[in-house]
Amino acid sequence: MRNNRSEVRFNSKMRKSIVALALLVYGTLSASLASYAAGPPTAQVNTTGLAVTDDAVTVGILHSVTGTMAISEAGSVEAEKLAIDQINEMGGVLGRKIKIIEEDGASDWPTFAEKSKKLLEKDKVASVMGCWTSASRKAVLPVFEKNNGLLYYPTFYEGLEQSKNVFYTGQEATQQILAGLNWIAQEKKAKTFYLIGSDYIWPRTSNKIARKHIENVLKGTVVGEEYYPLGHTNFGSLINKIKSKKPDVIYSIVVGGSNVAWYKQLKAAGITSDKWNLLTISVTEDEVKGIGGENVDGFYSMMKYFQSLDIDNNKKFVAAFKKKWGADSVIGDVTQAAYLGPWLWKAAVEKAGSFDVDKVVAASPGIELTTAPEGYVKIHANHHLWSKARVGKWKKDGQAEVIYTSELIEPNPFPAGYQ
Amino acid sequence: MDGSSMSEMGSILAMQGFAGISLFSVLLLMALGLAIIFGQMGVINMAHGEFMAIGAYTTYLCSHLVETYMPGFQSYYFFFAVAAAFGVAFGFGYLVELGLIRFLYKRPLDTLLATWGLSLILQQVLRSTFGAREVSPVMPEWLLGSMHVTETIEIPINGLMVMGLTVFVTLGVFLLLHRSRWGLRVRATVQNRAMSGAVGINTGRVDRVTFALGCGIAGIAGAAFTTIASTGPTSGSLYIVDTFLVVVFGGAGSLLGTVASAFSIGETQSILEFFLNGSMAKVITLLAIVGILMMRPEGLVVSKVRR
Repeated sequence: MRNNRSEVRFNSKMRKSIVALALLVYGTLSASLASYAAGPPTAQVNTTGLAVTDDAVTVGILHSVTGTMAISEAGSVEAEKLAIDQINEMGGVLGRKIKIIEEDGASDWPTFAEKSKKLLEKDKVASVMGCWTSASRKAVLPVFEKNNGLLYYPTFYEGLEQSKNVFYTGQEATQQILAGLNWIAQEKKAKTFYLIGSDYIWPRTSNKIARKHIENVLKGTVVGEEYYPLGHTNFGSLINKIKSKKPDVIYSIVVGGSNVAWYKQLKAAGITSDKWNLLTISVTEDEVKGIGGENVDGFYSMMKYFQSLDIDNNKKFVAAFKKKWGADSVIGDVTQAAYLGPWLWKAAVEKAGSFDVDKVVAASPGIELTTAPEGYVKIHANHHLWSKARVGKWKKDGQAEVIYTSELIEPNPFPAGYQ
Repeated sequence: MDGSSMSEMGSILAMQGFAGISLFSVLLLMALGLAIIFGQMGVINMAHGEFMAIGAYTTYLCSHLVETYMPGFQSYYFFFAVAAAFGVAFGFGYLVELGLIRFLYKRPLDTLLATWGLSLILQQVLRSTFGAREVSPVMPEWLLGSMHVTETIEIPINGLMVMGLTVFVTLGVFLLLHRSRWGLRVRATVQNRAMSGAVGINTGRVDRVTFALGCGIAGIAGAAFTTIASTGPTSGSLYIVDTFLVVVFGGAGSLLGTVASAFSIGETQSILEFFLNGSMAKVITLLAIVGILMMRPEGLVVSKVRR
């Protein structure tokens, strides 16, 4: 880390002299300069003073490496580093190697804001891959908007946001929830739903959308809607309530350590997939590693990506990921979305022919990624991705069998009729 | 409840009763170690949750070893894992007392800071060793699932196991403290350190073993919780607030108080959860505790000690 920083300081000095030199030479000898670097000259691709030199460009990675959220964010950091390594092997972006400055948000939202300020104002990074929780994203948003920075945010989230300075590589609520609910209503003839969540913004907003969809579109009934504090580990009473209401579907958005307790206790109380349907939007391969596959056996998750996805893009991605981070590593939905960030940025920079944030943002809508592990994504004008929704059925070994794949769904972060 | 017949209502009621008792035994098992350390010795041990985490990770390691080297042993290993969890946490507690706590007996507020620092260090050590992701020990098959008492009443087996362990540990602690020579020495040291020293009790040694015992019991609690909840570097911090709540509400220094307090908190919470919801149940329980503590600052059961 320290090495990186001094390197950047050195580079920024070097950059200034090189920019001056380049400007001098550019007018007279532009042809001979082209042989200097593989890409176009720095003065041309960087007019706003970002950390770009003739042979390198610096980006930031901002996740929690310590604290409670480290559990979830570790995978995203790994995926982003893998993507950047692969891009560098292919020759970098506009002929420039990507250098990384990594900062730790430490699961603390003010720290995220402070670190993003440092990355943008002091390090002048060309883009940032980072944040996981909505709270951390909300904390850094004003910093990115003030400094005109560029953030690639990987997590599936509640929607209701759109910023010029952010690209959302995960799915917003409607992309994740609606397709799954339609599927279970049709497949399992489900009419009654019990909604359960941890008590904060994402589960509450997502359940609000789910309730509207169940009541207005599916013409079903919500027989219960409940929230438990983060870190709650005793679900005995809730389980009894569920047994007394006998819903067709238990629809769960429990997160973190609570998640593990919740599924272990469901199994212990005899709520298993042979008699009950459970559908969740908060369990990926990462969580199952902690919960234990035998405790979620036969339950359903709604995601856009599962590690077991049987397409060539994904097989290559999984093999590369395991080669770099160990054969034991598991890849969840967000990890895959985090992997898309650097690639989408690269594509946009190359289309724009510039690292300037305004030009990259303008070039982004319409960019397609046919090499995405999840198959195919396209950036929408609202900065979210077109993507498919999938339903996975969990198996004892901690992997999911993909049993349903939707059409490509248009992102709609401000869904009418769902507020 | 609509949609359920009378007999089903009865079953739900029975299972709800079990849920309350189950929560009670969880709270009690968590609080026992702290009742010894905080209640008897007056040490505010903020790292108590991390000793539970140590117990939980010991169980995880045991399950891992058994899985790799002696797969046939899978069904019974859990009892040995509990013993190992006790041993590891006991040994570690002994070292912590020796290296840190014994210098701070006269400065209780500094112990609070020191042990909190210790808890942060331990969390990071666990994270660096085992990784940030939550882990799950492989449980023996008989411990999963539920017991069918009747057609509709299902009792979780891991809940029963925790309950049994709680009864066992509570009885053990009671006998140790009130029926053994060692307990006599502990109580004597708590009441009057100088006098105990004068009659020949090695008070430093008593402190060390008492602290280590409290930590060892926290280790057992941790091992028990891996069967019903999570094992992660920070899962200890999930429990620390509830643990202090039970001990303070019960009246520090009284084992009976700890039992009574765990029972009332557990039952209140699970009944409220059934009729209201999780967040409201927590709020009302906490408000009730604050109210009662305002009227009875010493807690439910006051131990009579001449100061």
